[in-house]
Amino acid sequence: MIAFQYFPIAVDDPDAALAFYRDALGLELLNDVSNGEFRWLTLGSPEQPGVSIVLSQPHGGRSQQDGDALLELLAKGALGPYVFRTDDLDATFERVRASGAEVLQEPIDQSWGPRDCAFRDPAGNIVRINQA
Amino acid sequence: MEQHELAEFRALRRARDLIDREYARPLDVPTLAAAAHLSPAHFSRRFRAAYGETPYGYLMTRRIERAMALLRAGSSVTDACMAVGCTSLGSFSSRFRELVGESPSVYRAREHSHLAAIPSCILREGTRPKRARAA
Repeated sequence: MIAFQYFPIAVDDPDAALAFYRDALGLELLNDVSNGEFRWLTLGSPEQPGVSIVLSQPHGGRSQQDGDALLELLAKGALGPYVFRTDDLDATFERVRASGAEVLQEPIDQSWGPRDCAFRDPAGNIVRINQA
Repeated sequence: MEQHELAEFRALRRARDLIDREYARPLDVPTLAAAAHLSPAHFSRRFRAAYGETPYGYLMTRRIERAMALLRAGSSVTDACMAVGCTSLGSFSSRFRELVGESPSVYRAREHSHLAAIPSCILREGTRPKRARAA
């Protein structure tokens, strides 16, 4: 047996990321661990017990040089997309937009199938949301 | 990394996102630079350092990539040119030829069925014309 368990996502500001992934997107905060100046936030969906994302800062567990490189990629917008699905795309889109997130794409029907929309999270990651 | 460097990367990112989103509008470098709160010359220099292409080069590459998709879907060359925000058919065609290696009408007439199974989000990156040298 092999299954998905958790995925790391780099964010520069844990509080801003929590406001986006929990309050706007609607995930549940499962764990909030701090070690010195660094913080690891684990979030998941009740729809998928046992699968989670872990938000952490670029310099957590990395050298200054590697952390800087990752932070630069993040700020430049080179990371993502991280793709979610929802049963009500329009409501999710409106809620995330109302949170002040940068809109990359309003909900549209893609030629290859899904109806989806896209945002930047506060750190600069591309987040796409599909209609389930 | 200094805070002002990060702030600049974020401003460049927003300008690039604006190009990706609003390519069909009459965007120009002074407008994009103003949105990023940078002088046009500094903006162009920093954008190129970050993304390997000048803002104008990136805008035109984005327009040509979108025009390629429209041409594959059967759009006329004139319609594709106008739809992506190019106002001169002549400069559109020469830019297209420069980036793609053939004219828009030859590209339109060619067989593209090998691309049909690829999702557009991947296709967009995969068929985006690449410059041999930075613009």
